[in-house]
Order: sequence, then C-alpha cells, then structure tokens
Amino acid sequence: MTLIDTAASGGATGGGTAYLDADSGQVRVRPGSVTAADVGTLAGAAVGALGLVWLVYERIMPWSGALGFWLCWYVAFLFFYWGIARTQWEVRHVREKIAAALFTGAGIFVLAVLVDLVGYVWWRGEKAVSHGNFLTTDMQKTGPLDGLNSGGVLHAMIGSLEQLGLATLFAVPLGIAAAVFMSEIGGRLARPVRTVITAMTALPSIVAGLFVLGSVILALGYDRSGFAASLALTVMMMPIVTRASEVVIRIVPNTLREASYALGGSQWRTVWNVVLPTARSGLTTAILLGMARAVGETSPVLLTAGFTSGKNANPFSGQQVSLPLYVWNYVRYPQADMKVRAFGGALTLMAIVMILFVAARIAGGRRPGELSRRRRRQMTRERIRGAGPSAAAPRPPAVRPAPTAAAVIHPEPEPAS
Amino acid sequence: MTEIEEHGGVATASAADAPTEQLPPVRPGPGSAAGPDGAGAVGRLSSLETRDLSAWFGDHKVLERVSLTMAPGEVTALIGPSGCGKSTYLRILNRMHEMVKSAQLAGQVLLDGADIYSPGRRPADVRARVGMVFQRPNPFPAMSIYDNVVSGLKLAGIRAGKARRDELVETSLTQAGLWIEVRNRLRAPGGALSGGQQQRLCIARSLAVEPDVLLMDEPCSALDPTSTRRVEETIADLRGRLTIVIVTHNMQQAARVSQSCAFFLATHDTPGRIVEAGPTRQLFEDPQDERTSDYVNGRFG
Repeated sequence: MTLIDTAASGGATGGGTAYLDADSGQVRVRPGSVTAADVGTLAGAAVGALGLVWLVYERIMPWSGALGFWLCWYVAFLFFYWGIARTQWEVRHVREKIAAALFTGAGIFVLAVLVDLVGYVWWRGEKAVSHGNFLTTDMQKTGPLDGLNSGGVLHAMIGSLEQLGLATLFAVPLGIAAAVFMSEIGGRLARPVRTVITAMTALPSIVAGLFVLGSVILALGYDRSGFAASLALTVMMMPIVTRASEVVIRIVPNTLREASYALGGSQWRTVWNVVLPTARSGLTTAILLGMARAVGETSPVLLTAGFTSGKNANPFSGQQVSLPLYVWNYVRYPQADMKVRAFGGALTLMAIVMILFVAARIAGGRRPGELSRRRRRQMTRERIRGAGPSAAAPRPPAVRPAPTAAAVIHPEPEPAS
Repeated sequence: MTEIEEHGGVATASAADAPTEQLPPVRPGPGSAAGPDGAGAVGRLSSLETRDLSAWFGDHKVLERVSLTMAPGEVTALIGPSGCGKSTYLRILNRMHEMVKSAQLAGQVLLDGADIYSPGRRPADVRARVGMVFQRPNPFPAMSIYDNVVSGLKLAGIRAGKARRDELVETSLTQAGLWIEVRNRLRAPGGALSGGQQQRLCIARSLAVEPDVLLMDEPCSALDPTSTRRVEETIADLRGRLTIVIVTHNMQQAARVSQSCAFFLATHDTPGRIVEAGPTRQLFEDPQDERTSDYVNGRFG
C-alpha cells in the first residue's frame, strides 16, 4: 500500500488517511482517522502554550511551583488549541475537539495522581524492599537504630492475609445471601434491610472497630487478636459486598429465571444453578471491592488486633499486626530507617492487593459463557477426536459423518461470547 | 375484589378447586392425529383441558370463561391479535401465571383429568410435566450446550448417571433437530449459537425433562425465516410424541403446524375470550364467525 495523501484530504471535518489499494486501484480512506493537521494543531498549541507560560511564569511574574505552572499551561493550551483550530475548522467541530481535549486532560490527570502516589511510595520504600530480609523476617530482634538489613514485614503480611481471609470468609456468604434475599425473595422486609445496608456502607471505620471492641473484646472478654480484627473488617466489608452483589444479581435477565421455573426448578435451585453462575463475573467484582476496602483499613484493626513486633500465625490467640497497622506504627518513629520500613510496608500492601486482584480476575472474572483456557484446550482435543463427550452413547450410523481432514486441520473458530 | 360472580364457581387461585368434581384421570389412546411420526412416541399422551377459565391481573380481567380441550399428541395453535390474552392463557397452563404477584384465576385446568391448581400440587411438579418455550431464545449463558440440555435434571433435583445424561442429550437434541449441527461442540457455550439454533436448544432443554405437554409462546417471532422453518419442522417432528400448544401471530404458521386452532379476541372493554375453536382447516377455510373470517383473512389484527 502506498501512502498517497495525509493532510490535504483533512478538510473541514477531519477527512482521513488515504491509501492506494494495490488490488483494485481504488483510493482507500479510513474516515475519521487522525490526520497530520490534527497532530500539528495539537502539538502547536501545546508547544506555544508551553513557551508563553514559561515566559510569564518564570520571567515576568514572581510565581513558582510545578503544580501552578502546569495548571496555567493547561489553560493556555486550551486557548491556543481553540485559536489554532478555529483558523481551519468550523465552530461545532472545534468545540468537539476542545471537549475531547478536556476529557482526555481529566483522564490524564487522574492517571498522573495515581502514578504520583504509587511512585512516591515506591521512591520512599524502595530501599527497604531491596533488602532480601524485608519480606522474610519480622521486627522481633530489630530496634529503632538497626539498619535496613535487619527486620521486615513478614509478620504483618501474615497478619494481613489471615485477617483478610477470615473477613472474606465471613463477609462473602453473608453479603451474597443478603443480596439474594433482597433481589430474589424481596417482600416487605427487603426495604429496611437495604436501608440498613446502605447506611452501613457509609459507616465510619472507627465505629466498626469500636463495635467489635465493645461487643467482643470488652463484653465477651475475648483477647485482642487477628480474629477480632477480622470481625471488625467483616463489618466494613459485608455491606459493600451486599450492595454490589445485589446490583449484579438484579441485572440477570428475568427470562432466565422464567426458563428455570418452566423446567420445574425451585426458587432455591434457580438461584444456585442459574442466577449466581450467570452473575459470576459481577460477583467477583463485588467481592474484590469488599476485599479492597478491608485490606487497607487501619482504624478497625487498630482497636481490635493489638500490636506485636513478632510473628503470630494464629489469628485466634495473641495479638496480631497487619500491614496498615505496621505502616501506621513505624511511620511515627523519628528514625529515617523506620520511616523507610513503613513505606516498604505500604509498598508490600499495594503489591498484595495487586496480586489478589489479578488472581481473582483470572479465577472468576470470565463472563457467562466464556470459557476458561483449560476448557478451551479440552474442547479442541474433543473436536479433534471428532466427537463430543457422548461418544459412548449409541447413535444411528447415518448421522455420524467421520471427521473430515479439514475439520481436524481447521477447527471452527472459537465463538466469541 | 369480589370473588363470587354469577353462579358461584369463581374463586381466587389459592382456592381454585373448592367446588370441583374430580374426574377420573383420562388415559387417552394414541391421538387420532398421531401420524407416521408417532411411531417412536412414548405411548402415553396427555390431554389438557380448561373449563371456564377466567384470569385477572389485580382488578383487570384479561380472560373470560375460556373452555378449550387440547387433544393429546396434537398441535393446538392459539391465534388472535395482541393483548387478547393468548400468552396469559398459555402461562396459566403451566402455572407460570402466578409468578406475577397480582395474578388470580378462576376455573379449572385439567391435565389428564386432574386439576393442576389443586392445593396439594407443587408448581414445580406441574412445570416439569408441562414444559415451555419462550418468545426469545433464553439458553443459560453460564452453561455449555450439553449442560443447557440437562439443566432441567439439575433444576428439578433429578440425579442421573453420565451415560444416562449423554443419552438424554443426544435424544433431546435429535428430537429438536439440532444434534447434527452441535454434536462436535457440545461443550461450547449455548449463547454462541445462532438465534434459531438457540431456540432449538431451548426446545431440546424442555424435551430433556420428558414433559407430557409443550407450550410454545411465539417461538419464532424473534427468528429469521430460515430458522423459523427449522423450528416448524421440529414441531412437525414432535407431533404425536407429545401434546403441543403454540401461540403465534403468524396465521400461515398456525395453518402449517397445527391440527386444531383457537381464535382469541379481546376488545378494549371486554376481557379475552375464545371466539371460535376447532380443526385448523375448518377455522381457516370455513370460519363460522365473521370476526374469525376477518382475522384469518388479514382484515384486522
């Protein structure tokens, strides 16, 4: 293909990139694609605004600071972009371009904040994580003046994972059961339940900690422990799982429920075999939202888990530290190395969240009807053998054509879901 | 609302059978209409009959004293313009009507002579005997073709060994005319099939629980002409094996697939009722009622 034209065709409405099609001799245009004029306008506005703002900001006005600089640049850029675009295109088209620039800018801003956040934690904590002992030892034998080659977050990692695991174990069945109740059974009681759950999503996390402190630790005389902390996290996690699950269960089409009832299914079997499997991908998201909330909580854990610098793998007895608590505790030390450890702990926390999310997505994030990789391979094998799993069943020979060579070499393309 | 009307036989759904005289179960022989296709039939064919069936949604009456017998092994078509209560009537026949909270009914629905609304009967048991195919194909998206076909077993809580399930999948898909097309990809998701294939998969799914009656609610209205023809062929194949009731807006389809036909009509202030019912040929070629004649000749509706 020969590129014959890029900018010239970019008339009032953008035009497109054009190629000469070798086979037919026709000019192929991809309408709406980015043209050189688009890129030039954008780059011109960006560079022009940068020059002007630099002049004003650094040479004329007595201002300083990166944030203000880039804010001024963005505003100037929008004006420049408008001006340059207006010389080529009509108003409505320019307005569209400006709107696109605004939304893109907002997106980039959010991304920049996130990158800044993660980058800052990385920058501060990287020195701790680069020591091999950080992930494999606890703080039992490490004092405030010891260097980074001593001590680590192992005990806090164990605590975080155990507390999160227990909280998930409690909150997910409770939350999904409540969601099923509200959306499938309903009735008069559903509304107050929904109101309470909604109120609980806005519950200040310190209140959850106080609740468990009052009811489990002070009233029942149970010691501060990982288990008590996981109960507090359950209080935080359950309403989020419930609300999100209810939404995804509601969007399961009613026709599927009807189909199930029409086959003689009871309500319970319909929920178990049809509604929940269909909503599986959304339920995974609901559980992830809850876990994300729980794993980073500090205040409920602060009141209920206690603190220890040593390893305690038993969540049911003895105090147990978790990563947010570890960060909160050590970042208050005056020693620089302790602060680095705290940021290392935060980095570890982010890494754990990331790993959990990826794992959960792989395990449960498929849409209904989409096949896992293992199933796809299995299907391909079955197809190559030329028969489905019922090959053993008796079958009239007339309807069993032998698998053709073509079918073996070119199995049908995988149907997209 | 008033529960007792003109002569006392009307009650709400919960007490529908109060004044009924229970008939001895009828065991009809193979239906007279069971053609050569009926050779492989299961022997026992069920009749379905409604007597003075009326239905309401809240205070709005949608059906008025509908009495109709659907002969065993035959295809009965219900025709009529939109909103005449055909679909409601169909959903009453397998107790799907009561899924709507405000739904009530009066009269009797007799499956082999026994009222399906008598207090002792579980709706799930009735629905397992009276299967239903819906207007839009609705295979379970989270299940493979294979699992869709045997889903009825799982949903009804019937245990079956692998050999039995394999056999059931093959016979059901063969009866629904889909086996040859999907036999090499039984593990593919049901949602990946074309619309017509999906609808035949839904028919296979209904057949797998071995119902006595199959209700079809405009099964072809979401399908293209080729798929429609395949589904109609499937219906023709099934004739004589089980009793079929089909709701359709397509008069030609009713003429092609059914042996008997019932014409429903509702005007804006009266509930739906049967204007005329009888053999399909008679309804189309020699209608007794002027409105039937107008409708089948396309003058309204």
